Amino acid sequence: MTDENSAVVAADGGNKPSGNDNSGQHLLSQGEASGYWRENILLLIKLLVVWFIVSFGFGILLVEQLNQYSLLGMQLGFWFAQQGSIYVFIVLIFTYVVRIKKIEQRYGVDDSAELSSADEHQEKSL
Amino acid sequence: MTTQMLTYIVVGLSFALYIGIAIWSRAGTTKEFYVAGGDVHPIANGMATAADWMSAASFISMAGILAFSGYDGSVYLMGWTGGYVLLALLLAPYLRKFGQFTVPDFIGERYYSKSARIVAVICLIFISFTYVAGQMRGVGVVFSRFLEVEITTGVLIGMAVVFFYAVMGGMKGITYTQVAQFCVLIFAYMVPAIFISIMVTGNPVPQLGLGSEVLDGSGLTVLEKLDKVLVDFGFNPYTQSNKSTIDVFAITMALMVGTAGLPHVIVRFFTVPKVSDARKSAGYALLFIALLYTTAPAVGAFARLNFIDTVHNTNYSEAPQWVKTWEGIGLIAWLDKNGDGKIQYAAGKPFDGAPVFNQQRGEHGEMLVSNSATDNNNEVYVDRDIMVLANPEIANLPPWVIALVAAGGLAAALSTAAGLLLVVSTSISHDLLKKTFKPTISEKQELLYARIAAAAAVGLAGYMGINPPGFVAEVVAFAFGLAASSLFPAIFLGIFVRNMNREGAIAGMLSGLIFTFSYIAYFKLVNPAANTAENWWLGISPEGIGTIGMLVNFAVAFAVARSFALPPQHVQALVDDIRIPAGAGVSQQH
Repeated sequence: MTDENSAVVAADGGNKPSGNDNSGQHLLSQGEASGYWRENILLLIKLLVVWFIVSFGFGILLVEQLNQYSLLGMQLGFWFAQQGSIYVFIVLIFTYVVRIKKIEQRYGVDDSAELSSADEHQEKSL
Repeated sequence: MTTQMLTYIVVGLSFALYIGIAIWSRAGTTKEFYVAGGDVHPIANGMATAADWMSAASFISMAGILAFSGYDGSVYLMGWTGGYVLLALLLAPYLRKFGQFTVPDFIGERYYSKSARIVAVICLIFISFTYVAGQMRGVGVVFSRFLEVEITTGVLIGMAVVFFYAVMGGMKGITYTQVAQFCVLIFAYMVPAIFISIMVTGNPVPQLGLGSEVLDGSGLTVLEKLDKVLVDFGFNPYTQSNKSTIDVFAITMALMVGTAGLPHVIVRFFTVPKVSDARKSAGYALLFIALLYTTAPAVGAFARLNFIDTVHNTNYSEAPQWVKTWEGIGLIAWLDKNGDGKIQYAAGKPFDGAPVFNQQRGEHGEMLVSNSATDNNNEVYVDRDIMVLANPEIANLPPWVIALVAAGGLAAALSTAAGLLLVVSTSISHDLLKKTFKPTISEKQELLYARIAAAAAVGLAGYMGINPPGFVAEVVAFAFGLAASSLFPAIFLGIFVRNMNREGAIAGMLSGLIFTFSYIAYFKLVNPAANTAENWWLGISPEGIGTIGMLVNFAVAFAVARSFALPPQHVQALVDDIRIPAGAGVSQQH
């Protein structure tokens, strides 16, 4: 069997492309889909700029300069390298969770309507 | 009750808990075996991911590394947490939408190529085995120190426990045991950290204790005192770097990207029901990981201060018991260079290499070493791995805390080992057998092969724990470097560049892989004597070279892709589909 054959079989058998009968919530036109995607990419770029600044910027490249200041009894650059960047990372992920959800809802592609089986389990056990 | 008795009880109870969970959560289908049925709650998956991620290296070694390298240890803190941002933003949601079982699944189907799938399987197995050998070794060390059994016996017990829940329960068993293991390990890490923070600074929050004043009347904060003490001893200040900025940058980047590309972490996000759950779950995972990772710098700093206070200028005959216990298993050694019977600590190595004891005792009762002494004033050899394990003893904490730390170290090592073994066995039964060589096997047979592969992987990991290949510690750089230079770019391009074709992706993966592998192998295995900053390319160490490997991968992939046809229509449709969050909960029908 050639590569192409196996891939076709696998793609047909495993992954259902969008537009199939059982995933019909997002009947997006090409334009709306790319609008969603463009907003998503812009959001990702903003968040990754912050990600870069707190770790590589404050924690590494500017560490000497920031160490002239202090925060909670620690040199600021050192604090960013060993604690501060980690706190910002957590905030970044949850910011993405919230902001992307709003964008998804605006374009009608969010998945909150899908009752997950984990929720069903919870309901049973409660 | 003796400390050892308590340790047996605490460790025994934790093992009974893991086995109980394994019996409760047996896997009946391949979907349960591979992705826990795909219905794990995001918070539970966050805990399981945290336990999966935090290995013996995080629990046992990291605070020790920080204690002895100060600022330079930051590369691990930022690298091993910043990767979760990449994972949550760039990979996890899309891979969850794709909705299959393994990382090679994605690469094989996105690049419509069996060869791409096989390259991914090879990377995955290599990365996972490098990693797992260290875990089994960690199990052995904890057993031999706290339960006083042979390292071999310790590894065998660990293997038996992992075998039980990984082979029976697959991902389902592993997920719920990892939730329990996270609770054990984080409790075991925080309790002594809080005790020690109160002792040293009076502040019960270790994260704040690091900046608080030391309770010795000096009016200095912990970091100020460490800087001062270390400079007096001839070291560089604790808060300053000993590495070049470019190397710190490259190592941090390689660890971040490598973390995001590690298969055993990625597959954890296949187990949640929806795309939005995958994002949330990565956030919870990082939150739980951060509990330990923001505590570690404080633990490291306190440990270094306590160690110097307790050991320096102390008569060996009056040294605390823990010095002698750890000396007994070769992780501490003392060479009385000036013959005054007192332990002197200073910068530099006390002698060449690790201690080789000649089975004789010196006049103060110390174990004599046959290593040749160096000409500095330092008389103490100390393995940085003992810092977390010895901390409760150094700080004179009650025996139950020591027992707890032993159980926590085992939980960290076992949970990571199980996660790694599962991705190895899955890639063999699913990617190699079902999807490549034996597509006709039934689901029942596939499940049987998965169990056999898991059993074989446990056996091999145990063997490597008992007979560690001498180079294990030397090649951990491989795991992150290879994940950064091969898997991460291939997955990233597969999601964000719709036109990336199989020729580009395979050429990129292979060139990133070969470049990174050769660089690390040259400095770590072929010519270790040359492994110094002057010889490194651009001043980047083997630990950081994965960053360049990643850039090589991207550059080659784009260059090669231009000369070949675009991906077929159904693959472009697949890319469009995974970019839309809705539909993951229903699209995964097998």
